Amino acid sequence: MTLPRKPGLGFKPEHFPTIAETRPDLGFFEIHAENYMGAGGLPHAMLQRLREDYALSVHGVGLSIGGPDPLDRGHLARLKALCDRYDPESFSEHLAWASHGGAWMHDLLPLPYTQETLNLVCDHVDEVQEHLGRQMLLENPATYVLFDNSDIPETAFLSEISRRTGCGLLLDVNNVFVSCVNHRQDPRAYLAEFPLAQIGEVHLAGHEEEDLPSGPFLIDSHGREVAEPVWALYAEIVSKIGPLPSLIEWDNDVPAFPVLMAEAERARTILEGQSHALAS
Amino acid sequence: MLSHRDFARSFRDAIRGGVAPENATACQPAETERRFDVYRNNVAHSLSQALARHYPVIERLLGEECFNGTARLFIDQYPPRTPVLTEWGEEFAAFLAEIETFQSLTYLPDVAQIEWARSRAYHSADADPMMPRDLQAIAQEAGEKLRLFLHPSVQVLQMLTPAGSIWASQQPGGAPAPTAAQWAPETVLIARKGLAEVVTRTVPAPIGRFISALLNGRTFAEAQASAGEGFELNAAFLLLVENALIVGAGRKGGNGK
Repeated sequence: MTLPRKPGLGFKPEHFPTIAETRPDLGFFEIHAENYMGAGGLPHAMLQRLREDYALSVHGVGLSIGGPDPLDRGHLARLKALCDRYDPESFSEHLAWASHGGAWMHDLLPLPYTQETLNLVCDHVDEVQEHLGRQMLLENPATYVLFDNSDIPETAFLSEISRRTGCGLLLDVNNVFVSCVNHRQDPRAYLAEFPLAQIGEVHLAGHEEEDLPSGPFLIDSHGREVAEPVWALYAEIVSKIGPLPSLIEWDNDVPAFPVLMAEAERARTILEGQSHALAS
Repeated sequence: MLSHRDFARSFRDAIRGGVAPENATACQPAETERRFDVYRNNVAHSLSQALARHYPVIERLLGEECFNGTARLFIDQYPPRTPVLTEWGEEFAAFLAEIETFQSLTYLPDVAQIEWARSRAYHSADADPMMPRDLQAIAQEAGEKLRLFLHPSVQVLQMLTPAGSIWASQQPGGAPAPTAAQWAPETVLIARKGLAEVVTRTVPAPIGRFISALLNGRTFAEAQASAGEGFELNAAFLLLVENALIVGAGRKGGNGK
């Protein structure tokens, strides 16, 4: 079971009436797993209804796969219950960590890429896949600092995790751009090293720009339109490997539904342009 | 060399205001602290936002700036022990009660308790109300031993302050908050009606005692007896029925709903 190779949107409850009424042409919706862990009420009623019409991607933000603590068994059980209940086409999480000593910081925190962390992340991905009984996708992070003990490039780190565990990858094109600009690296060089064949889903989001003495500093804000250079990188990836399930992520200052649809239409134009190009 | 565990600990300390971990760097190393601020800000922002989602009336009563400052103190003392933010923040009422500056705002912890109860009710399990005909049949059969089962979202808060009226005064179109002359203890019923509507209603104290007794497994007759003077059975029953809160009934000692 995989997501359709079409545009998708992050589901926002305030858009539910519009979606239920107009059934927009979208390949899938994505939810944050942790927002659907209550016992009942409106969140589940809406999700149940949404599931009847659309493919579903469950995207976790709280597993802390890159953290030193053992995975939280209670949280794994909640994720399994959610996946069993809605049987999503995709489950994904982040190459990041969020908890230490049982306290959660609720941000996607970066980790050094070393043999120690590689083994740790692989063990955690194995555990998740075994527990959920399904393949997961692992997402590349947006980062703001580097670590001087990192001795494996991020792309090689992700490739090796995928090779060892059999997990797929979620390529967040905005994260690639944000990280590369922040670390004064070339996003095209990053993508040339990225194991494109393992991609199960693409994320597209907006970022904010600040200035540092050394140059621009980008923050992965999920609060505005996808930036032009990110669209350009996305189009290059699609032209190289063909259409992919492509999510517009807009989580803060969420606009009216038509604004999100306009972003999804732009992704569709790129995806369909490519299927036409491949067909001709 | 720094182990991953030591790294994570120093990262967490840095989030709480310490210096960035020793292995953190940047292409311009002098900018490391400034860049690391993104993590400090993200953590503080996401957690105080999560708290504000539980406690919108407290945020309105304190003002955004004061709320955010209070939230930061709370986050330091009660960091989430769970990745599920809808389950974090229960201690906020008790925390507010301890804050020196808020000692004169005696109603503040009570309003916070109402808001926490509302969050719980919003996410609580679903249960369909009983058909009146079925209820009547069981009531006749069970007689004195009738037990009523209420919707999982039902909670009763007995407050020493008029926190229910104060909460209501902060809602769109709400009546003004009680004056000093109107100041009195209040009992507040919180429950979810159907899928989305969280009922938050100030009720007479005897009705609160009656519903609490039902929640504690007392029979209908026992609950009625414990309600005390001034209890109006019809009003209590109407309140439960019109909000679809009776989801089962049975005979004490028997099984089933």
